[in-house]
Amino acid sequence: MSDAHHDHGHGHDDGASHSTLKGYLTGFVLAVVLTAIPFWLVMGKVFDKSSTTAIVILALAAVQIVVHMVYFLHMNAKSEGGWTMLALIFTLVLVVITLSGSLWVMYHLNHNMMPASMHDMRKMP
Amino acid sequence: MSEFTATAVAAGAAPVPRYYLREAHHPENGTLLGFWLYLMSDCLVFACLFAAYGVLGRSYAAGPSGADLFDLPLVAVNTSLLLLSSITYGFAMLEMQRARQGAVLAWLAVTGLLGAGFIGLELYEFVHLIHEGAGPQRSAFLSSFFTLVGTHGLHVSFGIVWLVTLMVQVGKHGLIAENKRRLMCLSMFWHFLDVVWIGVFTFVYLMGALP
Repeated sequence: MSDAHHDHGHGHDDGASHSTLKGYLTGFVLAVVLTAIPFWLVMGKVFDKSSTTAIVILALAAVQIVVHMVYFLHMNAKSEGGWTMLALIFTLVLVVITLSGSLWVMYHLNHNMMPASMHDMRKMP
Repeated sequence: MSEFTATAVAAGAAPVPRYYLREAHHPENGTLLGFWLYLMSDCLVFACLFAAYGVLGRSYAAGPSGADLFDLPLVAVNTSLLLLSSITYGFAMLEMQRARQGAVLAWLAVTGLLGAGFIGLELYEFVHLIHEGAGPQRSAFLSSFFTLVGTHGLHVSFGIVWLVTLMVQVGKHGLIAENKRRLMCLSMFWHFLDVVWIGVFTFVYLMGALP
């Protein structure tokens, strides 16, 4: 029984809530790679189309944010009884609504409310 | 925790073996949860600023665009400084776990210097932009740019003030429980600022420099 208990405790000590040198170094190496690639893509003009570059660097940023969350901020589903994860998910939902909603609405507003072009003016009565 | 249990059973001091909750070893800390909630609300502030930049970031008012203004090598140096300061703060936390006060202070000092270098380069960039006539009043793009990047820089500046305060506290009182809690809060704050910077250098600088 004591052994079983010990194993359990050991597993906890090595868990993510305790920071380790290996964890920090893994996170750092991943972060450096994930930072270097987007800078290389933009400064080296690797892709011809800007939209391709934009999508790739946004995806890399998302991955890097997850890396920082896991290895530097020690996010996991268990810390503080799951409340940190719950707060994070709630915040992410709000952030996605704020960002996508603003961009979507304002894009359409710009598109539909632009001053009429000369082409449109000619067709007016 | 396991040592406690083992000694209690071996010594036979307690007729009923006492087991401690796993949480007793690593106490649940309301302060850290509360600080995390603060960071999440700060995240919403940045989300609003990012949204404003996303909406206004291409409204140049016939002024200079991001591709004209941004000095990407400078941004790359800035990014590396902040990333390095993240790992050096991590080293300070590791030394804190080993209760080595001198090493904690040394790594905190390195972190603070890297942070100060970041702020210095950012201020240099801002001054340079304003001298070129690309100040925050030039266009909606530049207004939102200065607001977003400036707010992040302000956070880093206050983080440095906090870091220096904590260095004084640790030097004076040592690595007591209160100081460890404060160091953990600042750790979250510092790493959070690095996470926000990922968004800034990707969304503002790299995407702004795209043709």
